[in-house]
Amino acid sequence: MQRIGVFVCWCGSNIAATVDVDRVVAEAKVQPNVVFAQDYQYMCSEAGQGIIRNAIAEHKLTGVVVCSCSPRMHENTFRKAAERAGLNPYMVEIANIREHCSWIHKDKEEGTEKACVLMRAAVAKVLLNAPLKAGESKVTKRALVIGGGIAGIQTALDIADAGFEVDIVEKRATIGGRMAQLDKTFPTLDCSACILTPKMVEAAANEKVKLYTYSEVESVGGFVGNFHVKIRKKARFVKEDICTGCGACMAKCPSKKGLNEFNMNLNNRPAIYIPFAQAIPNVAVIDPEQCIKLKTGKCGLCEKVCTAGAIDYKQQDEIIEEEYGAIVMATGFQPIDASKFDEYSYSTCPDVVTSLELERLMNAAGPTGGVLLKPSDKTHPKSITFIQCVGSRDVSGRGKCYCSKICCMYTAKHAMLIRDKYPDVEVHVFYIDVRTPGKNFDEFYRRAVEQYDVDYIKGQVGKVYEEDGHLVVQGVDLIANEQIILNTDMVVLATAIEPDPTARKVASMLTASIDTNDFITEAHPKLRPVESPTAGIFLSGVCQGPKDIPETVSQAGAAAAKVIGLLAKDKLLTNPCVSHSNELLCNGCSCCEKVCPYGAIGYEDKLINDHGVRETRRVCVVNEALCQGCGACTVVCPSGAMDLKGFSNKQIMAEVDAICR
Amino acid sequence: MQRVSAKVLERVRQLMADGTVAKVVGWKKGEFFYDCAPSVFETVESLDDLVYDSFCASNLSKYMIKNSVLPEGQTGKVLVLLKPCDTYSFNQLLTEHRIQRDNVYILGVGCEGMVDIEKVKAQGVKGIIGASEKDGILTVETVYGNKDVAVRDVLVNKCETCKGKTHVIYDELISENEDEGPAGDRFEGVRALEAMTSEERFAFWKAELSKCIRCNACRNACPACSCRKCVFDNNASGIASKANTDSFEEKMFHIIRAFHVAGRCTDCGECTRVCPQGIPLHLFNRKYIKDINEFYGDYSAGETAGQRGPLINFTLNDVEPQIVSDREGN
Amino acid sequence: MPMNEANQEVKKEWKPKIVAFCCNWCSYAGADLAGSSRLVYPADVKIIRVPCSCRVNPMFILRAFEKGADGVILCGCHPGDCHYSTGNYYTRRRMTLLFSMLDYIGVEKGRTRVEWVSAAEGVKFSTVMNNFVSKIYELGENVKVGDLRCKE
Repeated sequence: MQRIGVFVCWCGSNIAATVDVDRVVAEAKVQPNVVFAQDYQYMCSEAGQGIIRNAIAEHKLTGVVVCSCSPRMHENTFRKAAERAGLNPYMVEIANIREHCSWIHKDKEEGTEKACVLMRAAVAKVLLNAPLKAGESKVTKRALVIGGGIAGIQTALDIADAGFEVDIVEKRATIGGRMAQLDKTFPTLDCSACILTPKMVEAAANEKVKLYTYSEVESVGGFVGNFHVKIRKKARFVKEDICTGCGACMAKCPSKKGLNEFNMNLNNRPAIYIPFAQAIPNVAVIDPEQCIKLKTGKCGLCEKVCTAGAIDYKQQDEIIEEEYGAIVMATGFQPIDASKFDEYSYSTCPDVVTSLELERLMNAAGPTGGVLLKPSDKTHPKSITFIQCVGSRDVSGRGKCYCSKICCMYTAKHAMLIRDKYPDVEVHVFYIDVRTPGKNFDEFYRRAVEQYDVDYIKGQVGKVYEEDGHLVVQGVDLIANEQIILNTDMVVLATAIEPDPTARKVASMLTASIDTNDFITEAHPKLRPVESPTAGIFLSGVCQGPKDIPETVSQAGAAAAKVIGLLAKDKLLTNPCVSHSNELLCNGCSCCEKVCPYGAIGYEDKLINDHGVRETRRVCVVNEALCQGCGACTVVCPSGAMDLKGFSNKQIMAEVDAICR
Repeated sequence: MQRVSAKVLERVRQLMADGTVAKVVGWKKGEFFYDCAPSVFETVESLDDLVYDSFCASNLSKYMIKNSVLPEGQTGKVLVLLKPCDTYSFNQLLTEHRIQRDNVYILGVGCEGMVDIEKVKAQGVKGIIGASEKDGILTVETVYGNKDVAVRDVLVNKCETCKGKTHVIYDELISENEDEGPAGDRFEGVRALEAMTSEERFAFWKAELSKCIRCNACRNACPACSCRKCVFDNNASGIASKANTDSFEEKMFHIIRAFHVAGRCTDCGECTRVCPQGIPLHLFNRKYIKDINEFYGDYSAGETAGQRGPLINFTLNDVEPQIVSDREGN
Repeated sequence: MPMNEANQEVKKEWKPKIVAFCCNWCSYAGADLAGSSRLVYPADVKIIRVPCSCRVNPMFILRAFEKGADGVILCGCHPGDCHYSTGNYYTRRRMTLLFSMLDYIGVEKGRTRVEWVSAAEGVKFSTVMNNFVSKIYELGENVKVGDLRCKE
């Protein structure tokens, strides 16, 4: 006789507000075999878990149903609690009455009814649960970091420092990412390149770190501890190991129309180019869209001038296959397209620029050699106006609902740098709020206002347009409560940042969840902020949410620590929910073997005793270490010999029956 | 048929006498001459009862699952008589490792099409006591004298759309037929149903399936339905209804059975032939075959041994299930 | 008296029973995301978690219908993104054939659906469920499968 306990969580008001937990408890008590039911504010808390443990002991429970949040959130918590009380952890089932119920239904009656059905289904299932024991799997002691910006570099260096091998895959021709494009960094105003490039060099020099630049992840298979990854190393048309980075090819290349991505397309570069002077690897790459040789077959100048003989027009993409124990996503961000906000005339006025473009315009290695000039006529501006929150905290639907977090600080930085270098330039900043939480951040902002006399105007800008060779900014000063019309020479838009567009694709391959803004979801927003809910996938940098450099670096280190913790293990416990075959029912037909993606199913001739009849039969044998528990085999098995532990035919049908009752 | 028949019987006797085969799986007359039932013959003498005539419609492939396992000490193979269409089932069973090929001697036998005695009776022929076939004419002996009927008018359902006279596997062949390819359009019945409205289809199946007495004849005759233990008989499967406490098996038996054999069914037609209630069960299987051909390319289960069936296979660009709603028709 | 009648009618108002099989890795997470994003869809949908869409035996779907479900929807990772590499490709074939068969026996085709919903597609999950449920309301109560075979 089974003895089931049902535990209903309020999740504070998250569940209790739309689900009448008392009714769920009452309904639970009348379910067959349920001998105990109780509700509690927070089942996942120590006190809540204590209730479960005590009930298991006191009521000799053989199975537990917890009606709470998603099993993806706390299934493990409750399994562990059960285990501590001496119950097999797989005798626990979760009824998801939060994500799948209380959070989506407004009507309490409706929510309660559904919660009762979900509880009933979980009880029906748990009655058919069997105790399971986890197996073991090996851990490949190597990590993959996707993205070679500061987040990826820092994570890789920290992992390597612990003695593990780590590969960085970077889609661009050099590592360095967005930080390499920045001029100075807040709040210390040290040069971005000066602090980043040593790290880039360190990554290249570290023998535990392998760089795959100009490469993309093609596919990911496997599971935590045992990922198989295919990496596409795109053709550079330059032999990476031979090129010395001398730059002779760049000087001779006759095709100079390529847009310089590193300089935010503000100037041009040759078809063969090294992205920037400190690029790692310091190796040229040919842009096949611009290269005359690759497009027409004529030219070949770079090949002629390359004394090292590094040019290879026939180079093909290469697929590299590697095994990893852990994968870190560090795919970074991009500024959103400012042309969506055409009231600021970004697409029509060259003197309206984004903040990242301004970084390049102020950088000594940028298109103007660090001299701030108006892009339109290359003259010195007399007045610059900054507009904050372009696409951030946006309710119009054109931008992002979130705060991009870094804009207030970099705008203060830009304003201060301009006032410092060109005291004759007047600087205005239109803002909604100035947000400066962070060590030395508010002091920094106050310096801009108090010491550098930057004119901060609380209010939004309605329109920017060109008139008589200068720009007109129409805005409103909310404090003075008056309309402002400003003549200015340049407008800088603090555009929102969004996850790099590759993040979605990579996340799909990794089966990592992403949110509605394409940021990668954490396993827990507070308690597991650098892990994805998918085991073995970790998060570093802006791919998880907007953050500045110090935050990125700390998170990169945290992700590395998690990776190290995983790679330090010799064995991982595996999912015991694997297939198993009933020998007596097996026809020996091999259908299951053919659909198994892991080669986990084999056949053997075995002496079978079928109710007294002894005969040798060809029967299926499942290798439980290889089986990942997808269940493909269970459906092709016509005799029903093959079943899946934890998700058996009977269990699922019991759920179906309970729901359709 | 008569000529082939005489040759077959003689050859079988020879193979048994010289010890090539130790056992024969063939047909034997039942209470009525048109009742030819599968039978195992283990001595030369017993072969007196072996028959091969226009009433040997049953497919013997399935019997080879048990009979290809030799008892300890037996030397010599097991001979089985297979008509062209039966050989597809045999191959499919080989693919599924159900038959020990090395122990089997396949004597492929030519076939002119099998006769459904009920159709003869339906032509008003009464007092039937015997029949013989020659050149497409069935001469029926009755207590009122002989009566000739054209075989093509009294073919069993599956032979009306004969899939061809070619044996896809055999060790020895006794046949006088030229293969003229498949006869008739075997999907005609499926198309007729597809052309109906959803309501009409439902009414059709409801009427047909309500006739079912769950005698399991279809399951027992079907070479694809050859599980050691059927899920419906297995109390542990959760869908058996031995105690009849649950209506699921009762209602869904045929639908589930059809899915279980989808991609494995060779369209041998035995299910419909053996159904005592005359339910056109082959219309389920042929629907799957037709869909498989349309969605995934022509596939004929059992055409060669070792094929990968359409349901244990896929391509990256397979049609989406949505096609069922999107395609034309009712 | 009329009040009473009206009350009874309200009580008898038909609510569809809809079973949604969701694979653990993509669609179940997508449903979680729909929940944490507070994207509303009707409570008629009840989700059953399966490791992969390829775990769903056609028997489960028939079972649901026979037990009174009005609609069954199966959600899995997008083809190519299956956590188990190939599971959903088999699902795709099985369900195509099964749905075609259900249509063939006269069960309205709108009652079954397969949708590929990733862990990131909370919005899609909720949209899909809203659409599916309104389709089921359109079709009304499913009486057919249960009536397919009369024992009398």
